[in-house]
Amino acid sequence: MNDSNLLLQMRDLKTYFFLDEGTVKAVDGADLEIKSCSTLGVVGESGCGKSVAARSILRIVAKGGKIVDGEIFFHHQLCDPGTDRRLSKTEEVIDLATLDPQSDKIRSIRGAEISMVFQEPMTSLSPVHTIGNQIGEVISLHQKLDPKHAREKAIDMLDRVGMPLPQRTIDRYPHELSGGMRQRAMIAMALSCHPSLLIADEPTTALDVTTEAQILTLMRQLQEELGMSIMFITHNLGVIAQMADRVAVMYLGRVVEDASVDALFYKPLHPYTQALLQSIPRLGIKKDRDQRLASISGSVPDPYNLPKGCPFHPRCAKRIPGVCDKEEPPQVEVDPGHKVRCVLYKQPA
Amino acid sequence: MLGYILRRVGIMIPTLFVISVLTFIIIQLPPGDFLTSYAASLRATGEVIDEAEMEVMRERYGLNQPIYVQYGKWIWGIISRGDWGQSMSLQMPVKDLIWQRMALSMVLSVVSLIVGWFIAIPLGVYSATHQYSKIDYLVTFISFVGIGTPSFLLGLVVMYIAMNFLGLSVGGLFSDAYILAPWSWDKVVDLLKHLWIPVSILAFNGTAGGLRTTRANLLDELNKPYVETARAKGLTEGRVIWKYPVRVALNPFFSTVGWELANLISGATLLSIVLNLQTEGPMLLNALTAQDMYLAGSFLLLLSVMTVVGTLFSDILLAWVDPRIRMT
Amino acid sequence: MTNQPKVPLDEEAKIEEKIAVATPATLMWWKFRKHKMAVISSVFLIIIYLVAIFSEFVSPYLPDETLARYKSAPPSVIRILDAEGRLHTPFVYLAGVTRDPETLRSIYTENKEVMYPVKLFTQGPAYKFWGLWETNIHLFGLDVPSEEQRVMILGADRVGRDMLTMTIYGARISLSIGLIGVFLSLSVGIVVGGISGFYGGAIDNFIQRAIEFIRSIPHIPLWMALSAALPLEWPVLKVYFAISLILSLVGWTSMARVVRGRFLAMREEDFILSARLSGSSEGRIILVHMVPSFLSYIIAILTLAVPYMILSETSLSFIGLGLRAPAVSWGVLLAEAQNVRSIALSPWVFWPAVAVISTVLAFNFLGDGLRDAADPYSR
Repeated sequence: MNDSNLLLQMRDLKTYFFLDEGTVKAVDGADLEIKSCSTLGVVGESGCGKSVAARSILRIVAKGGKIVDGEIFFHHQLCDPGTDRRLSKTEEVIDLATLDPQSDKIRSIRGAEISMVFQEPMTSLSPVHTIGNQIGEVISLHQKLDPKHAREKAIDMLDRVGMPLPQRTIDRYPHELSGGMRQRAMIAMALSCHPSLLIADEPTTALDVTTEAQILTLMRQLQEELGMSIMFITHNLGVIAQMADRVAVMYLGRVVEDASVDALFYKPLHPYTQALLQSIPRLGIKKDRDQRLASISGSVPDPYNLPKGCPFHPRCAKRIPGVCDKEEPPQVEVDPGHKVRCVLYKQPA
Repeated sequence: MLGYILRRVGIMIPTLFVISVLTFIIIQLPPGDFLTSYAASLRATGEVIDEAEMEVMRERYGLNQPIYVQYGKWIWGIISRGDWGQSMSLQMPVKDLIWQRMALSMVLSVVSLIVGWFIAIPLGVYSATHQYSKIDYLVTFISFVGIGTPSFLLGLVVMYIAMNFLGLSVGGLFSDAYILAPWSWDKVVDLLKHLWIPVSILAFNGTAGGLRTTRANLLDELNKPYVETARAKGLTEGRVIWKYPVRVALNPFFSTVGWELANLISGATLLSIVLNLQTEGPMLLNALTAQDMYLAGSFLLLLSVMTVVGTLFSDILLAWVDPRIRMT
Repeated sequence: MTNQPKVPLDEEAKIEEKIAVATPATLMWWKFRKHKMAVISSVFLIIIYLVAIFSEFVSPYLPDETLARYKSAPPSVIRILDAEGRLHTPFVYLAGVTRDPETLRSIYTENKEVMYPVKLFTQGPAYKFWGLWETNIHLFGLDVPSEEQRVMILGADRVGRDMLTMTIYGARISLSIGLIGVFLSLSVGIVVGGISGFYGGAIDNFIQRAIEFIRSIPHIPLWMALSAALPLEWPVLKVYFAISLILSLVGWTSMARVVRGRFLAMREEDFILSARLSGSSEGRIILVHMVPSFLSYIIAILTLAVPYMILSETSLSFIGLGLRAPAVSWGVLLAEAQNVRSIALSPWVFWPAVAVISTVLAFNFLGDGLRDAADPYSR
């Protein structure tokens, strides 16, 4: 069920880190849109700013980082108490970028309306508290339930994420569970208050392929049940193909291409996206064609020493000297719902 | 959990036994025995004691028997009837002399430990979360000074200041009126009035060490992913810090309780000699110089027992606090 | 889809990569340098160890020169302006003693008529430089016999000995006991800990139990008991070595535990396995592969162990159970300052305490800096 209602709109977000060695422009003018009940995949290399952008939404950017510009409009939705599904009706719009990171307002959103699941479940869960304690904490905090009911809800949630024997595992410590079970626990914790947006920062990167497949299926299923959106951050294009409805490709803090998942895979516009898709190893290529694995030349530049103009131009096969190194290309909507930042494309009349 | 406790207690008993042997041997190390030093001190005042008399006294005190017999009798006396022997220099049963002093030692050490923690932990947490702030520098400076200044020197300084600027004489744990008085509520109050000085001095050392450990451990933990998860759940910053990284950072802290206690006991012994407190320090010193075997040996044994029990306690505390330890 | 392009990068478009290379040793030195307190402390420690080595030369007088005239004399005031405000090279006035008729206390006066200039490289009481050759040159002094006038920067003690001289000579013993004690602990600790960690099993268990027993007895009472065992008639040198032995008796246990821990961890490491597979002997594995990797731990412990030894010797001597007069260590000096009344009357006898505290602090800072430097990649 794909409502066309907007859930989150990030406009020209700039998050900089002010360090002794210099300023790192981790996110430098990023635009993202997430509709309700849909999945946005955010893909890019390490250092492209996708994780920082995610944390900027929740205002948990690491020390030294500040949002210097831009807006993050979040459409607060109510939750149907009967079905636990989010209603796709906007109650109010809040600009998250203006909130103080320690304010009550943002804290009421964290964990309840927008939740996050992290990459490494072993280190992302507290080693000295039971998972029941950690899940129950979120429930008690946001839903004001007494410990007995909170525990019941936690068990229920664990059951929903497919945790075997939830009444037993709830009293276990993270180091007593397997990797897949830990990630399920994390998901249970993140979804226990039925948020409207789940941010998943490389949730399956640390898991083996079988477990990964199970977790991904679980996430799609829960998305349906709870009517929520997912912002799925990964560098794995295969996962994107499976999970995302729309995809945003990031490079050096900017979104260089933004399209539906089909359009991205069948008609990639930005040279970076094209190079990314080319570099996926393909099975069955005949060896006698002597094709080496395509990779993108060069490497990600020193964050303190960024090139002028388009961030990708030093590594771009199609760059135009004199144009690409002068100014940043503006975002143009080439097809409906397909945006790209590249001088090769002009805004259609 | 219970199994862990029982195992540790089980190991403790042979440990105590070996320690009792060790302490007895150590006490016997000085050449001669009580009587030779007694005779020497008599000679210093001009009196002379002849060999025959010494032999009679040796017989009486059982000092002419082989060492293991003396040890056996001593240990058996302790286990069977709580008789710790006779103090030869003070001519009293040892058990009448040691218990009050050891109890006061315990009180002094434990109170200093707890006071030290109550100051070190909050300050250490603040220091770590507000790195490079003015308070952080101040706290770091104080902790360095505290580590570098031994408690007995601090005791001297405090006594000097109190005497010169406040006109107080700050030795002892009781005012003259209460030293020999039986225990009463007033006596306890008097004790408290005097206790805070040695406790502050001892706690200063403990605080300094605890501060550095807490700060360093917490700094390590603050960057870990689980802290970020807690924040993403919507908890207040205070709760994020205190419920998660502080809990983990305190683990190594708890594991050093036993060692801290031993250190405190050592420091307290020295401090009590300087400040002339009614704990075991001054009496132990005299007993050692006079070679009063049973008195010194009993003190040494009891101090070691305190240390072993303290270590046991800290191990149990650590297992209770850190579930990962319980598995081993 | 396009084929793999081969486009040469222009010179202007090429991003300049400044590659700087520094050896680990250089990195460690840079990291150490950033820790200002550690650098200051190392300079301080080098200075006082030099002073201790050259104590006869640096101190203006001899430690056994007791002059009743200077009993508990306050520190001499070195001036550069005389009574009329004229500038001179540094000097002291002639000192005199009178007795207050009412309190019977000594009052120290200055005779402003007679000036004694303070000179460098003066002649003073004769001594044997390191027991090798006779000389009487001191770093500074008044160039007149002690009976006439002395310059006592830190005052004098109860029997009229110059406190500065005493403190400097005390440094020699206190600082060296620290080093010797630590050296003994280190040797025993590394060997025992190494054996324990390397072989494991029953040997390890036995050694661990033994260490636990030793550590169960609180240090100060243990040392008190052991020191009380030393006969009073022993010469100073024998007592000195006995005390350092006693102090290291407990110290080696912490060293052994650290070494053992590292050995246990390293036995499982892959680089040890590969060394073994390539045919290295056990000895070579230990010396060439294992030792460098726990060097940083050892250094960290060492810089904490030395001040602990110094403090322990000071404590023991302070209560009369360590070194005794005529040996001069900071602890012995402080033992004579034990009486609160004497501190009240002549607070300068407390100077050795300042020496102890600053030395211990300096070692702590140094240790901090070394630990930071040993891991140059951490922030």
